[in-house]
Amino acid sequence: MTDQRSQAEIVRQSLKRRYRKERRFRAYGIMAIAIALGALLILFTDIIGKGYTGFVKTTITMDVQLDGEMMYLDDPTDERQIKMADFVEPLVQALIKEIPGATEDDRKQVRELINPYASVTLRDALKANPEWLGTTQTMTFLTHTDVDVYVKHAGDDAYSIKLNDQQKTWVDELLERDVIETSFNDVFFSGGDSRDPSKAGILGAIVGSLLTMFVTLILSFPIGVAAAIYLEEFAPQNKFTDFIEVNINNLAAVPSIIFGLLGLAVFINLFGMPRSVPVVGGLVLTLMTLPTIIISSRAAIKSVPPSIREAAEGIGASKMQVVLHHVLPLAMPGMLTGSIIGMAQALGETAPLLLIGMVAFIVDVPDGFFDSATVLPVQVFLWAGSPELAFIERASAAIMVLLAFLISMNALAIWMRKRLERRW
Amino acid sequence: MKLNKALATVALAGSVAAMSAPAMARDTISIVGSSTVYPFATVVAERFGTKTDFSTPKLESTGSGGGLKLFCQGIGTQHPDITNASRRMKTSEFELCQSNGVTDITEFRIGSDGIVIASSKEAENLDITLEQLFLALGSKVPVNGEWVANPNKNWSDVDSSLPNKPIRVMGPPPTSGTRDSFNELALAAGCDELPEAASLSKDEHASICESVREDGAFIEAGENDNLIVQKLIGDTGMYGVFGYSFLEENADRLQAATLNGMIPTAEAIAADEYPVARSLFFYVKKAHVGVVPGIAEYVSEFTSNAAMGQNGYLKDVGLIVPPRAALMDLMDKAESMPNLTLDELK
Repeated sequence: MTDQRSQAEIVRQSLKRRYRKERRFRAYGIMAIAIALGALLILFTDIIGKGYTGFVKTTITMDVQLDGEMMYLDDPTDERQIKMADFVEPLVQALIKEIPGATEDDRKQVRELINPYASVTLRDALKANPEWLGTTQTMTFLTHTDVDVYVKHAGDDAYSIKLNDQQKTWVDELLERDVIETSFNDVFFSGGDSRDPSKAGILGAIVGSLLTMFVTLILSFPIGVAAAIYLEEFAPQNKFTDFIEVNINNLAAVPSIIFGLLGLAVFINLFGMPRSVPVVGGLVLTLMTLPTIIISSRAAIKSVPPSIREAAEGIGASKMQVVLHHVLPLAMPGMLTGSIIGMAQALGETAPLLLIGMVAFIVDVPDGFFDSATVLPVQVFLWAGSPELAFIERASAAIMVLLAFLISMNALAIWMRKRLERRW
Repeated sequence: MKLNKALATVALAGSVAAMSAPAMARDTISIVGSSTVYPFATVVAERFGTKTDFSTPKLESTGSGGGLKLFCQGIGTQHPDITNASRRMKTSEFELCQSNGVTDITEFRIGSDGIVIASSKEAENLDITLEQLFLALGSKVPVNGEWVANPNKNWSDVDSSLPNKPIRVMGPPPTSGTRDSFNELALAAGCDELPEAASLSKDEHASICESVREDGAFIEAGENDNLIVQKLIGDTGMYGVFGYSFLEENADRLQAATLNGMIPTAEAIAADEYPVARSLFFYVKKAHVGVVPGIAEYVSEFTSNAAMGQNGYLKDVGLIVPPRAALMDLMDKAESMPNLTLDELK
């Protein structure tokens, strides 16, 4: 009796301590989540704060007099003449007219406000519309990157303003009269890479990523699922299959650069495949994602209750019918989720692609699996290392696009799991 | 059964797509090589792509050594056509090329690049000799005739004319060509000024004179020079080592240290007066000219006055262009494409 009471006493005394301990433990958990969220918040504010201006372009709209004599051009359909024609002069003249007080003597300073590729835009427009020759057209061009930086980042310490005072007053005035305007940067989404930040776009990288991901998906999903089904349903349980299992788990943890080295040695050096192409990139990423897909697919197959298999066998289904008609459909949501997560991982990968030549300056948007291409994270890497400061915002903007892709892929995985998963 | 067939078809289609069509003809010029030449070569490539009907060349930044290794791998469209280098081809690389059948190579020297030591405009600027620089950054320095781990903590420990501030320098990692050049042109040259260096054997010379201290005074910042620039602007006690083009891009916020009495200007670097300057090159595989379309035209665009002249667009992106006479020689070279010989490299 006394013994019991003292025990209850002990419990009561320790209760307070145990509650405290639990509260502390909870606080640690909340702290861990807060740190993770804080890091995420810092990352997002930094990227969005630096990058949102990447989605804005600065353009200049002016009346360009397409005078044949000035351009040394009397037939825009003649390739030879186009080659020798001067497409800069009409732009300079048009801008001098827009700026009150600017004269022929200021032509160098005026020319520095126009994008170096504006003359290419004019050339292509004239090639497409030969009848414009001799008329005056209102046309919109990109400004020089220095103007773009000034308009968006005047007074920002992270950027260097390279315009002189005279040019600054001109730009301010043109801004006021809406000759220079800022608008949504469609160039960023419709062009390939460029060394001129104003003209640089991510379409090439997006297409490259899609091509690479397509190759990865079409190879790794069937191979991964087939391997998982065989290992889980058909393979005998012996030392050899154990050995394979250990190795698959091991491969999932191998640094991705190793797969790049393997790709370089096997696909490029041994098979003689070209460098920098999405097919090789896809093959390398397939090797990288396979273990992830096999592991998650096996887990999905394992989670199908044995009663399903037994019931199917009971009514006379063959082993293959059991697997294909019953186990596979039920395991499919788990397999798809695993695959999507594996693909998302592959989408953000740069290291293995470095070795097979996909880290490259490629201007033309790729239009096939054997065309030179680069991918989104590589584009970020290339821009972040460029000396031009205006690439900082492009790199951040590209990160946002990449994040959008990753978030939508992961959201799709979650949605599919919620939608298709069956609980037992 | 149906599903099984579908799976098999997809797997088969995938493997067929993967196995077929290697070593196909290529109509895009493939260029590899130095990350220092990369910003210039990419501009030329892009201009070339918009100006002509050829597709825009593909450029990979692999480093000078990596580029030459790929370039010398052999003839055939799976190998690159042109490689850029921020140093001259080594004789060993030339021999590798020869042994793989890459016998006809033309060399182009396309101007120079300087390596600068810069700091924020608000910081105290350095006026330093290469000898002092080595004493500040070398891993071992002579004290009373003995080579000991670098004891200098402040710049003023090296020489009283230098600022009384801790030595803190950010620079590129050992994988970078800029670091190679810095070790060779700045540190080793400074080391050779010391009387104690004369008695070093060749191996000791390489291990002592070309190594940077690792006690925290020299901070490796990764390949991203923009990061060094950002750091310098925020920290007035810090100095940074990087290529001249980054200095030019940030000329309003950074100042460059005077080395051996020379301020790094485009003129001083082009004339080889600034001590830490190097030449930039590219090498063309002649066997590919006419096979891969556009190589000759690309080379002629690169060596044109529009690109490398005194008002050329490469000057705008920070290349220190060659003088007019050298440019005329380059133009002749682009037309005749003479073979590089082993004797020239020795």
